[in-house]
Amino acid sequence: MSAPRRPADPPGLERYYVLTGGRSGPGGSAAGLDVATLVVSRPGPVPGPQHEHEEIVRRCREPLSVAELGAHLGLPFNILAVLLSDLLDAGRVEARDPVPAHVAGRGPDLALLEEVLSGLERL
Amino acid sequence: MDLKGFDRPGRHGGGDIRSVKVMIAGGFGTGKTTMVRSVSDIRPLTTEETLTQAGAGVDDLIGVADKSQTTVSLDFGKIGLSDSLVLYLFGTPGQERFWFLWNGLFKGALGAVVLVDTRRLASSFRAIEEMERQKVPFVVALNVFPDSKDYPVEEIRDALDIPAHIPVVSFDARDRASSRDVLVALVRHLRERSAVAVESR
Repeated sequence: MSAPRRPADPPGLERYYVLTGGRSGPGGSAAGLDVATLVVSRPGPVPGPQHEHEEIVRRCREPLSVAELGAHLGLPFNILAVLLSDLLDAGRVEARDPVPAHVAGRGPDLALLEEVLSGLERL
Repeated sequence: MDLKGFDRPGRHGGGDIRSVKVMIAGGFGTGKTTMVRSVSDIRPLTTEETLTQAGAGVDDLIGVADKSQTTVSLDFGKIGLSDSLVLYLFGTPGQERFWFLWNGLFKGALGAVVLVDTRRLASSFRAIEEMERQKVPFVVALNVFPDSKDYPVEEIRDALDIPAHIPVVSFDARDRASSRDVLVALVRHLRERSAVAVESR
């Protein structure tokens, strides 16, 4: 668990700039992405000029969280979110947000909690 | 290592896998990463948020004098709960003042475990306050270090001013079963809260 630090690698900033085309935040479709959101590829041509777009599609044939993608690709969350928004807009990936225990207006999801509990008890 | 459902291409096609998340909070050095490591199916990974839009106020707050980027890291692990459900555990940054920088860090989490080092109770005050402020349901887990004195749980509950309805358990973050039991205590607590909420509707 490290405290904030300044990047030791200034060229990283240039890489991010190129990757995102200078965009600083994700567009509408990716604005709600969470670190635990699962990303799954869908078939189709790969959009976006960046190798990283292809890499995301390849890695997400099986569902992978945004956090894992970030760790594997060495990209910070906000940069990854920009790339994911390209892929979401193009329909090349699907994003599935983590299931909350409590949905506003619907009350608590007891079945979900039971499922989590029995999964933990089997460990 | 069984990643339950993640390593079987074609079986589900990932079609029905869902995720849930739990936050592991607590002061610096209370054992958050140790717990994530001991209970995770995968070697813990680190994901980062680069704070590119830090305004003047934020720069002042985090003590960054110039306009360079700042990075906040989260260590995380995952546990396959079933063929269709995976639990992600995120260790929060040790310094709570950085939590707000990570937008929606606690949003959508089932709940949180706040780790306490009984030798340094004060280091987890902030984490407990923050859970209460953000209305994140939580349990308190006393990480018993080899040289920890044997404190009665209730004494620590009083010292930390933890309300009676919030479970306080002691455990060893290095031990997988012990860490698992803390997560079980959290989910049972969530279930009880939910049952009360359902009844009172």
